[in-house]
Amino acid sequence: MIRTSGLTKSFGQILAVDGIDLDVREGDIYGFLGANGSGKTTTVRMLLGLVLASSGEIEVLGKRMPKQAKIVLPRVGALVEGPGAYPHLSGRRNLALSDAAGVGGSRSDRTVRIDAVLDQVGLAGVDNRPVKAYSLGMRQRLGLASALLRKPELLILDEPTNGLDPQGIREIRDLLLALHAGGTTVFLSSHLLAEVEQLCTRVGVLDRGRLVLQDQLDILTAPTGNSVVRTPDVDRAHALLDGRVLGKDGDRLTVAGTDAATLNVLLVREGIRVSELGPDRRTLEQVVLEAATNSGSDRIPAVTPSRPDQPAATFGVSG
Amino acid sequence: MIAVEIRKMLRRPRTWVTILMLNALPTLIAVLLALTDIGPRPGEGPVFLSSVLSNGTLFPLAALAVILPLFLPVAVAVIAGDSIAGEAQSGTLRYLLVRPVGRTRLLVAKLASIFVFVLLAVVVVAAIGYVVGVNLFGTASVAASVSGTTLTNEQIAVRTALAIGYITLSMLGVAAMALFLSTLTDSPLAATLGALAFLIASSLLFTLDAADALSPYLPTRYWLAFADLFRDPIQWRDITRGIALQGVYVGVLLSAAWANFTTKDITS
Repeated sequence: MIRTSGLTKSFGQILAVDGIDLDVREGDIYGFLGANGSGKTTTVRMLLGLVLASSGEIEVLGKRMPKQAKIVLPRVGALVEGPGAYPHLSGRRNLALSDAAGVGGSRSDRTVRIDAVLDQVGLAGVDNRPVKAYSLGMRQRLGLASALLRKPELLILDEPTNGLDPQGIREIRDLLLALHAGGTTVFLSSHLLAEVEQLCTRVGVLDRGRLVLQDQLDILTAPTGNSVVRTPDVDRAHALLDGRVLGKDGDRLTVAGTDAATLNVLLVREGIRVSELGPDRRTLEQVVLEAATNSGSDRIPAVTPSRPDQPAATFGVSG
Repeated sequence: MIAVEIRKMLRRPRTWVTILMLNALPTLIAVLLALTDIGPRPGEGPVFLSSVLSNGTLFPLAALAVILPLFLPVAVAVIAGDSIAGEAQSGTLRYLLVRPVGRTRLLVAKLASIFVFVLLAVVVVAAIGYVVGVNLFGTASVAASVSGTTLTNEQIAVRTALAIGYITLSMLGVAAMALFLSTLTDSPLAATLGALAFLIASSLLFTLDAADALSPYLPTRYWLAFADLFRDPIQWRDITRGIALQGVYVGVLLSAAWANFTTKDITS
């Protein structure tokens, strides 16, 4: 559905996106993770033809972007960096105007589609007040409605749950899952690990403009082949399992081997109380932190002055 | 897309407030003239105002002459300066472009909607001017042309329509300038003020004898040539030059706007 090769964008001296090779497959809910300022939004904008790539190629729905935007974009629904609407018009009016502005939205069923999509995003009962009177969450929902208006095959959503309360986040998650079940591929850019972990089937991690990780979520968070034991008698357990213990963290032991049942019998027979026992999995957070070695890029540490014989900043070539 | 842009423009309260305000000054002048019966001496003040007292049907032209040098171009600069930059500022530009609306199409649609705005403003000012003029000053069966001969009411009507068209076209240079600047910046205010600076510079150079060599190329040079439509016979020379000059400005500035906008990273 989305494929890029060596996609690079520099703004003057700054390399925002550095040779990334995205691969989003049909039927994915693809989580595009990265710290603020890691180049997520720039990438999303390049996919949609808003920002023009410095080099590299983009294919969306099997067609070249931005060259074939006229064919591609009518089949894509997008939410880019927050919703946008004319503040003096009502939500319905905004949707109608946007629908009339391009191809692919027929006029005859416009009202029906608008009502349906407002219902989908939970704005069915919205009145005719102008968008400037909407709350942040309502605007976000309206933006989603606009993206869904023509039943796109591919949804490209940048931080879709921004400004929503927990209840709203859950509603949107259910909506995306329902759309996915109906065959829509979703590309979701987010910095919220939990959101991605609950929703996505594949994950790509962007770190300072580089794609440092891209894989199925269930592979990334697959059991490690070890077991985890939590016990108040951690020292006795450690002594008993000596040789098999791989790590100790407070009352938590990581033990080699996957046979939790046998481990349980062993511990209980010795009178060691077990409060929790199960397979060891890496969380998405661990995976991401490991892959993205650089700290969040809105953190700017002091720079030691560079030696005069070296350029102040060097950027790696794409690869 | 052009229809959508025009609908959008017509739905904005601002459009109608602007048009209303364009009518305020001419109407005030008409009331003052009617109350005091003191017209400007012929040759002084805005064109046509001196003849209005004897024939109210000339008041639409006087009203247009009042708003033409400053108020109308300011309104045009506000609307045109907002066209792309305003969409960028409200965050709707990116959604228009991914809808998708081609960037070239969007520019053309914006220019078309500005044109419709100017035409609407000029027609409304002329229409209200007619109503005000006829009611305050009455009608006469004939009117004096600028050349001193007489024109029938029918001739006046036709020539007023031509003047409306000419004035609308005259505004396109400013409109194209504001539209071009509007593609350069995400601030509508900056685009509008830039276009106004362009306009004021042109008006200023026009009054300067040392800038005589430039004067045939100034966008404001032929604006008041619409008065030539009321000579007998009509003098077309300045009118056609005025239209051609606006055409050149629109061509150059729209190309610049196109070149900039179609290759621009939309980061708003």
